[in-house]
Amino acid sequence: MKYLIALFLGIVTGAVIFAAVLVYNPFIGKSGLSPLEVSDSRTMSLSYSAVASESIVYTNDGESTMDPYPEAVEQLWEDTIRQSSAMATVMRDGRNQTVGLGIKFSSLSEQTRLLSGKALVDSVWYVYLPGRGAFFLEQTENYWDYLRSVVLPAYRSSANTWKGSWLGNVTAGPGALGTAKVTGSSGEFEGLDMLAVESIAVKAWRVEGGPVAAEGRLLIELPDVVDAAAAEASQKLD
Amino acid sequence: MVKTFLVGIILGVAAAAGALYANPVVDQERKISYGSVVLNGGNREIFHINIPADRVMNGGAGQSNSVPDGLVWPNDEILATVSTEMFKLRNEIDQIIGIAARTVAVEGDESSSVIDWVLHIPARGTLFINMDSMPADDGRRAGEFNTGTREFQAMTGVVTERWVVETSDDEDAPDGRIELFATYVSQLEEAVE
Repeated sequence: MKYLIALFLGIVTGAVIFAAVLVYNPFIGKSGLSPLEVSDSRTMSLSYSAVASESIVYTNDGESTMDPYPEAVEQLWEDTIRQSSAMATVMRDGRNQTVGLGIKFSSLSEQTRLLSGKALVDSVWYVYLPGRGAFFLEQTENYWDYLRSVVLPAYRSSANTWKGSWLGNVTAGPGALGTAKVTGSSGEFEGLDMLAVESIAVKAWRVEGGPVAAEGRLLIELPDVVDAAAAEASQKLD
Repeated sequence: MVKTFLVGIILGVAAAAGALYANPVVDQERKISYGSVVLNGGNREIFHINIPADRVMNGGAGQSNSVPDGLVWPNDEILATVSTEMFKLRNEIDQIIGIAARTVAVEGDESSSVIDWVLHIPARGTLFINMDSMPADDGRRAGEFNTGTREFQAMTGVVTERWVVETSDDEDAPDGRIELFATYVSQLEEAVE
């Protein structure tokens, strides 16, 4: 009997060791430097609030950490969409001025592999910038580092809250260098293929409600043709 | 007994790793897609949205019928000519299969408006569609696929939208529905020499 108890305790200990190694393994799921941060090309930065109550609309299945906003919004409770979320939000430029509207649809990815540090989300953005045009962004995001550095510590905290400073790129593809694919559709972006990276900066997170102080950012690499169009528009304004 | 404990640890590690490897963490619910072959090639699929039941959001500057209650449209002049709606998306047999957004932006006169659809079907992918500014005489509006993800990545095609008023006397009947007729054509693969 004592051998059975020893075996059982060993199995439990082994499972716990495995979970600890998986979560704290520094070699997996770490979001590295974005290739766009060191690019020579001109980039466009668009930021948005990653707090649900600071968006225009945010909805999910109603049972996830982040609460839908406004409260009366229809929830995505049906089987086919319950692992998805939808958000409409204001997009701001580097000077914190409103420059457009962004709509983001996200769904948990079937390519998720926790064993290799991949907590993946398939997401798309539709961004419309009045006076400039619209573009569509597709990406796979990896939230492993975010879960490990922000969410898990919040659950471990006696106050069910995490406070600190976490900044990470969540875009993990489909580009070979971990970039998102951007397709322009109108205005100065029409017909253009671009690259982008989405990052999130979190300062406070709580178990009930999710991010309390957090900001997201889309960094988009602009081809030369957009630079020329922007310069031309600027000259006309002068 | 120590040896048994150590064997248990190895078994525990192996069992945990095996369980994580074998069981998919995410499994999106799929519904059968109901397509039909069209005469000049390609396949057609019909989506629809019941109004008002499937409307998740209706926002725009100065709108009196904003959805949901409590929605506050940003008071920024730059967004004064932009409006957007978000819906649950249904297949031909009325099953909800995804979510969709329709954004309208008036730039100058109505003929240069931007009207874009994003259809997001979690188990299949996303379609991004650019619609014509002006509808045809019969009220239908045509559009083209701009790009797509996953299942829709290798597709080109066209979409037609139309509003159909519900004529049923049923108390629970919707006011009407938005119908989207999508015709898919696969992109030709480059010839291999």
